[in-house]
Amino acid sequence: MKNKNYTNMNVNPCKMCMPMGGSLAFKGIENSMILMHGSQGCATYIRRHMATHYNEPVDIASSSLSENQTVHGGSKNLKHGIKNVIKLYNPKIIGVLTTCLAETIGEDIKRIIDEFKNKHPITEVDIIPVSTPGYGATHYEGFFHTIRSIIEYYAVDIPEKNEKINIIAGDLTPADIRELKRIGKLFDVDFNLIPDISDTLDGSFQEDYSKIPKGGTTIDQIKSMSGAKATIELALLLEDKYSPGMFLEEKYGVKLYKMAMPIGLQGMDEFVKTIAMITGKSIPEELKAERERMLDGMIDSHKYNAEGKALIYGNPEITYSITRLCSENGITPLIVATGARAKALNRYFNSADSLVMNDVDFETIHSEVKRLKPNLLIGNSDGKFIWEKENIPLIRVGFPVHDHIGAQRKLVVGYTGSMGFLDEITNTLLDLKHKGYRQRLYDELYDKSGGEKYA
Amino acid sequence: MKSEKSFALDERKEHILINKSGSNAIKCDQNSVSGAVSQRACVYCGARVVLNPITDAVHIVHGPIGCASYTWDIRGSLSSGSENFRNSFSTDLQEKDIIFGGEKKLELAIAEIVEKVNPKTVFVYSTCVVGVIGDDIEAVCKEAEKKYSIKVIPVQSSGFAGSKKDGYKAACNAIISLMDSGSKMADIKDKRSFNYLGEFNLAGEIWILGRYFNALGLKLITGMTGDSSTEKLKKAKDASFNIVQCAGSSIYLAEQMKEKYQIDYERVSFFGIDDTSESLRKLAGLSKDEKVMEKAEAFINLMIEETRGILKDYKNRCKGKKVAIYVGGGFKAISLIKQFNELGMETVMVGTQTGRKEEYEKIKELSNEGTVILDDTNPSELESFIKEKGADLLVGGVKERPLAYKLGIAFIDHNHERKHPLCGYEGAVNFAKEVDITVNSPVWDLVRGGGLDEK
Ligand code: SF4
Ligand code: SF4
Repeated sequence: MKNKNYTNMNVNPCKMCMPMGGSLAFKGIENSMILMHGSQGCATYIRRHMATHYNEPVDIASSSLSENQTVHGGSKNLKHGIKNVIKLYNPKIIGVLTTCLAETIGEDIKRIIDEFKNKHPITEVDIIPVSTPGYGATHYEGFFHTIRSIIEYYAVDIPEKNEKINIIAGDLTPADIRELKRIGKLFDVDFNLIPDISDTLDGSFQEDYSKIPKGGTTIDQIKSMSGAKATIELALLLEDKYSPGMFLEEKYGVKLYKMAMPIGLQGMDEFVKTIAMITGKSIPEELKAERERMLDGMIDSHKYNAEGKALIYGNPEITYSITRLCSENGITPLIVATGARAKALNRYFNSADSLVMNDVDFETIHSEVKRLKPNLLIGNSDGKFIWEKENIPLIRVGFPVHDHIGAQRKLVVGYTGSMGFLDEITNTLLDLKHKGYRQRLYDELYDKSGGEKYA
Repeated sequence: MKSEKSFALDERKEHILINKSGSNAIKCDQNSVSGAVSQRACVYCGARVVLNPITDAVHIVHGPIGCASYTWDIRGSLSSGSENFRNSFSTDLQEKDIIFGGEKKLELAIAEIVEKVNPKTVFVYSTCVVGVIGDDIEAVCKEAEKKYSIKVIPVQSSGFAGSKKDGYKAACNAIISLMDSGSKMADIKDKRSFNYLGEFNLAGEIWILGRYFNALGLKLITGMTGDSSTEKLKKAKDASFNIVQCAGSSIYLAEQMKEKYQIDYERVSFFGIDDTSESLRKLAGLSKDEKVMEKAEAFINLMIEETRGILKDYKNRCKGKKVAIYVGGGFKAISLIKQFNELGMETVMVGTQTGRKEEYEKIKELSNEGTVILDDTNPSELESFIKEKGADLLVGGVKERPLAYKLGIAFIDHNHERKHPLCGYEGAVNFAKEVDITVNSPVWDLVRGGGLDEK
């Protein structure tokens, strides 16, 4: 695997920091509010990044550490922050995330929270500490680590067994989550979906604006996870130590099925078959019909797809799953790149025609694009630099997307969603082919020299 | 503890003012309140705002990845030359660097950049963590400067060490150090030559004004820092006078230049017809050149007539609407109030992130009785005052946009990311157009319609 061009520097990052992942996770938990322990900047930047992607207000409080607390410890600020968050937002859960600063000055947030609770006997607010040093790993790990911490927080000693299936949903859009819920309904099985951002990060317009958006995974759902029948974790490339499913399996024996996101025919097949296997139920006719329709569509477009040579990049999971969608449709994944460490990427995807890169930055990706010349870019908005300079069409997917609208509505999972997304890819290729093709063929083929070429 | 919801915290009360004659001064210039979801960023953000537009410089963010990732190419400054500044260089500090220090890594990073990019100037920004682990970036920069004979300037911008304003100051000091390294100040100065401080060439704004300056026979040496370069900044001392637009960020620089190089300055604003005309007149006066002054009068009259003609239509469509403003600096708020007056609209709420006392005084003077004035506000306060005052439109940054839309009101982007110029006469028209587009959009009729319940 190739790494960065620069050894001591990341130029144009293809990754974000842990508390960003932590924030994305908490945003899918019902009635929760985030308090970032650190200086003001981190919270503001992270809010801004999320707000432009989801087009939703994203409130994240900060303990706003300044010079003084950085030297003498920020426990007073954090406690004060918790009080103010309760006053302003009245949440059921407060997720306290650390930042680089808090970690570096050695803040023990768990202890501080305990002190706070001892002094203020509050029972109606759960305060969940999660350690997310920005330098520890990327937002990808931060996301799953936070979900794991939330599940651990609510874990009981002896869980009540139930028939539900836990779904750990990484890298999905609100529309994707809604699609998974629909599939659950078709199967008539209860999902514990976490984090459920289907409403919280894709809100509707209502007369009454509520500061903490409605929806999200409920505490009851989280509590029932340890007694569930199985866990499906849509995070194939994740290291075990961050894995929520691994925790549930090791501690409670909840069987873990780790798999890629249900994107593409094979990706979706795996997901559907696994549910059928876990529940012992037969696959709903509707899903079968959707699958047949997808296959039909894939046949329709296979010849056009063969001309695709794509750069696919972003978070490890979405990158891998889309790479698979491309492969099964004859689109060459020319460059496959992620900024996270995700060493497993190479293990799951390896092809002589593809350059696979992890822990990489956009400076390096860009130089490889110049060398290998893909005709299609698939990934988040951060590829816009390459799009702008190389004039190659960019299909936006993943996080963050802030130069296009509708990222929260983008559907890429499921048979129907995958097919819609594939159509977008195919149509982009068709446009490339059709644009100026009369002129191109005239220039290429018409014998302007009067037979000189073969003379 | 009682968890009763309220929109305002006690400790925020003095930061809120309802305007009436003889009312007290507002409390400003303080650290943000912990847990209150301030809309502010950090010292680093402030420093980056000012230095970022220096086009041929390499900006290295010395710290963990997030700070660099969230600020990569997010500002709309344009360049007529190099695009170095659009890249985001980060030392991407890891856990081991936090423990053992990041100086060595920084040193090697600078070496790599010199080898690969060979810039004339490198800025090294310190972030929160670097401030805590005690890397001596001054020493590293000094060493590098000697070794490579280029300017390597440290910017002390640890996020916690103050507010955005301290970042502005750090940036101004960096610019001074760059100017100092240039050749000796010219003995004889052209009295029509000047610099334009607090201008960042967002969406090409300095190019609009540059055309005016040329038409008047004035000589702009450089924007500070819009569309500037190492060479241009080194020549800045040769100016006969300076004009300052964004005072919050650049008044300190103007003061320093006055002290060091005896260059006087005047404050200007090129937002709105009145401010633009007045500023051009002032500028012509500063040249002490009769011909320039004459030309200016003719030019101004012509432009006013033309612009008023175009604006009439917009005014008819927009007048009577109510406006809420929440922007970064006080100067921006002031010119916005005036511009809305030009359109016959009333400002019912004004807030700034980092406004100064004098600016708040001016705001009080310009606004009607009952207008709400806010310092460093948060989403809760914004929401309740927007509702209470019945605003039809919010002016703010990207983070505020989704809030406005959720509340069902129009929105204007007035931030560093915008893609359309708002200054000068052309800008005044663009502004009116944007107000009209959003305030009079058909979508609000649907929002206010009865929905499916309507008979
Ligand atoms: S990398 Fe660290 S310091 Fe930077 S934004 Fe993330 S948490 Fe904050
Ligand atoms: S770590 Fe510090 S410098 Fe970086 S974004 Fe956060 S507050 Fe700003």
